[in-house]
Amino acid sequence: MSASTTQALPARAPRPRRSSLRSWRWSDRLVYLLAWLSGLSLCLVAAALILYLGVRGIEYVSPSLLFSRPTAGVDQSQIGGILDPLLGTLLVVAIGILLATPTGVCSAVWIVEYGRPRWLARAVESSIEIVAGTPDIVIALFALTLFQLGAFGFLSFTAQGGGVYGRSFLTAGVAVSLLAIPPVFLATRDGLQALPGHQREGAFALGKTRVASIRRVLLPGVRPNIGTGVTLGMGRIIGDTAIVFLLLGVGASQRFDFQGGTPGLGALRGTGSTLTSYIYTTSPAGEGNAPQKAYAAAFVLLLMVLALNACAGFVSARGAGGRMSFGDRVRFGAWA
Amino acid sequence: MAYPESARQTFRPQRMHDAPQEVPPVKRIVLDRTPTAVPPPAVDGDGAPRRRPAVAGPERLRLQGVSVSYAGKAAVKDVSLSVRQGEVLALIGPSGCGKTTLLRTLNRLTELTPGAAREGSVLLDGHEVHELADTELRARVSMVFQQPNPFPMSVFDNVAFALREQSRKRPRRREIEPQVIEALRRAGLYEEVRGELHSPALRLSGGQQQRLCIARAIALRPEVLLMDEPCSALDPRSTETIEQLIGELSRELAIVIVTHNLQQAHRVADRVAFMYLGDLVEHGEVEQVFRAPVAPRTRDYVKGVFG
Amino acid sequence: MLERLRHPWSDRRAELVLGAAAASVCLVIGLMIAFVAVRAWPTFAHNGLSWLGPGGNTEHQIGKMLYTGPHPPASAYHLSAWPLIYGTLLTSGLALVFGMTFALLAAIFLVEFAPLTVRRVLVPVVRLLAGVPSVIYGLVGILVLAPFVGNHVISPAQKRSVEYVVQLDGTGLIVAVVILTLMITPIMVALIADALSTVPTAWREGAVALGVNPLRATLAVSLRAIRPAIVAAGAFACARAVGEAVMIAMVSGGNAFTPKPWDGVVFLFEPLLTLAASILNNADALSAPAVGSTMNAFALLLLFSAFVLSLGSYLVKLPLRRYHAGLR
Repeated sequence: MSASTTQALPARAPRPRRSSLRSWRWSDRLVYLLAWLSGLSLCLVAAALILYLGVRGIEYVSPSLLFSRPTAGVDQSQIGGILDPLLGTLLVVAIGILLATPTGVCSAVWIVEYGRPRWLARAVESSIEIVAGTPDIVIALFALTLFQLGAFGFLSFTAQGGGVYGRSFLTAGVAVSLLAIPPVFLATRDGLQALPGHQREGAFALGKTRVASIRRVLLPGVRPNIGTGVTLGMGRIIGDTAIVFLLLGVGASQRFDFQGGTPGLGALRGTGSTLTSYIYTTSPAGEGNAPQKAYAAAFVLLLMVLALNACAGFVSARGAGGRMSFGDRVRFGAWA
Repeated sequence: MAYPESARQTFRPQRMHDAPQEVPPVKRIVLDRTPTAVPPPAVDGDGAPRRRPAVAGPERLRLQGVSVSYAGKAAVKDVSLSVRQGEVLALIGPSGCGKTTLLRTLNRLTELTPGAAREGSVLLDGHEVHELADTELRARVSMVFQQPNPFPMSVFDNVAFALREQSRKRPRRREIEPQVIEALRRAGLYEEVRGELHSPALRLSGGQQQRLCIARAIALRPEVLLMDEPCSALDPRSTETIEQLIGELSRELAIVIVTHNLQQAHRVADRVAFMYLGDLVEHGEVEQVFRAPVAPRTRDYVKGVFG
Repeated sequence: MLERLRHPWSDRRAELVLGAAAASVCLVIGLMIAFVAVRAWPTFAHNGLSWLGPGGNTEHQIGKMLYTGPHPPASAYHLSAWPLIYGTLLTSGLALVFGMTFALLAAIFLVEFAPLTVRRVLVPVVRLLAGVPSVIYGLVGILVLAPFVGNHVISPAQKRSVEYVVQLDGTGLIVAVVILTLMITPIMVALIADALSTVPTAWREGAVALGVNPLRATLAVSLRAIRPAIVAAGAFACARAVGEAVMIAMVSGGNAFTPKPWDGVVFLFEPLLTLAASILNNADALSAPAVGSTMNAFALLLLFSAFVLSLGSYLVKLPLRRYHAGLR
């Protein structure tokens, strides 16, 4: 049994043998094959999707398209552009994120640093979870109903008979901010919880009040986390269709529809369109006679989402608690 | 800073004009210029009575000139040892001397680390381990780790794990139940978990979990059992139980145990190999190495253990 | 006033302000549930539980509601929501089943077998797919997939066989399920792959040291260890699928028809409608009280389903906790 080997010692050991596939159970071999197939087909599908949209998009996108406004006309494939929807998207994102960021950050800071009374803290956490889990169509419906109440008439157009229209960029922005609050909140909260305890204790030991230490010590430390959350929130807002569709009206012209009075406020109180509602309306599900424009708008939208994704990755690498994990980023940001 | 050439200094020399200071004794292991590897003595120890009859069976494992390096840095340099059935070989040495690396090389677990390279040969019953399939090798050379790591399943499923996964067709519970009970009995755990084979394994105490891991490792009836500091995370009672277990198991298996506890090595081992910074400094019968070590470094390391 | 803001704030004031911000979120959510429930009440009051049952074409019923003026009689609220509920369950259920299988296999591939270069490509790709807006998926579905199915997959004979009831033009069950699966799979892949990579290495090493090949170690140990995470991923993806409105509205055919499995292969091509898509479709008619109430009732159902999903995943995870002392 114990052969006394008198061979010369090999300078390097032979390559180690792995258990061959043949020795595996057939069910394991099947799983192995299917796992490879799944992984590769995921790559292929993604590549196909992006390439197709890219090809179609580049075919139809041109500077004139980007910078001209939608115009009425029979042959939609030749005239008009997507400037209004593009600006509309930017406007809605701006309003939404301006409202969501302070709310999200303040709530997160309150939860982590204060958190009394306890029942309120639990209620807040549950609410954020509920918001994160609510379908956007339900939020849209609620917002529409809410903003059609008389008290909110200042946000939109009020007709002669007293009926509040309820649809405007302001109302859409407020509704859409609900989508962005969970990512901002969760990212900030995770960042604050990942800060080492000695930073807090050190600040308190120096005699600072709690709020001062939050402002000067803790918040700067989690700025990248807030940045990540904001970026993910913006991604969610950009990708949302249901809310802007309901709350900007099915504007036939897809243009900005100013609402009297001062120009700036007029735009905010008026309706218009965003890239997403524009795509929906120009697809066969809406009016449907200009798929070229829909592809162009989709391409621009995809580019924006890609850019935001890359941003989020870049920013999150510097946050407290390290780079946000794969699953967390998808969980916070994937409810577009 | 030049180390003194001669042997250990336990106190720093007191200078007359210094203020008298209490300096705690400094114990140093002196670095020789050339490492000395000492071949095992031809005769049995110093005649002291052995605590256990040495029933040495056939040679199971033989290491010849084994060197292991991680990403270019050598962790183990040129070790040659032999392990026989019925014997317990203890690998001792200070932290970082390569004993765990050497242990993990025996069942090719070092391959899990990228950048690991091995030279020399390890023969299991005469066959080079690299030529065996890794799954087959590990069925014959089992390992127990430092931290008990029972799977998040029931006690029965833990022990049955290797039995189920190693066979081509998934065996039925009735077929493997006797083997599971046998393994639990040999590990000394059966009486304690008799009625609760299906309770979660993570609910057991630390000592019980480690014995469960031992039962799991011996369920397939391996030829060699590798143990990486199995008692370092346990309390003294559990340690004692496991040491008794090692004694009983060593009759049918060859056991290689890594330990930093010299008393434990003295209690359980038949042969001891002392390693230092990757070199095998000395190996031989346990009594000889502990009572009359040949190499100076061994002397420094085991000095004071037995007065 | 800004001057006052700039002075160092007291802790008490800061706590109140921050707490108010946090409480406002609670308030908004509470308002939302209250509004939806109150608005939905007339529908349930007039219909009772039979509202959930089958009985006629939902779209027609909604159409009739449009003309009922500001104070509709009780009969105007009549609706049978079952076709929509069935559509929702069918699409989400099928998408979940296919998606979960696919996601488990892809996650195992990602963590176990993928060579490093493939992994570095696949992770951003999955993240991107998870973030693509649903309207783009809908666009691709309606401009590419549906015409393909309508022109090349459905045979004229099949179209004729049901032409008295519905028009088969490609939009329907199979396109909706395919795209919905595509939408929820990346989310599940990300969550499951994340969980797989955080399984303690001690278990992995222990399994490998016992002589099982790496795939077996993953299947037998790691997957068992992350069962709670798999349940959570499934619940999350299911909630996403149930709430999807835009994409479904674009590709599902917009007809509140109940696809019948006993129709054979044609079953796959029949159109349908879901609760969320129906709300979207009738968004411009919300001023009619009957329609508004019905839509709010749908929304209430959707909220309720999200609640049921989260409760369900909690219940399913409970027995799994026995074996997972210490693992989240």
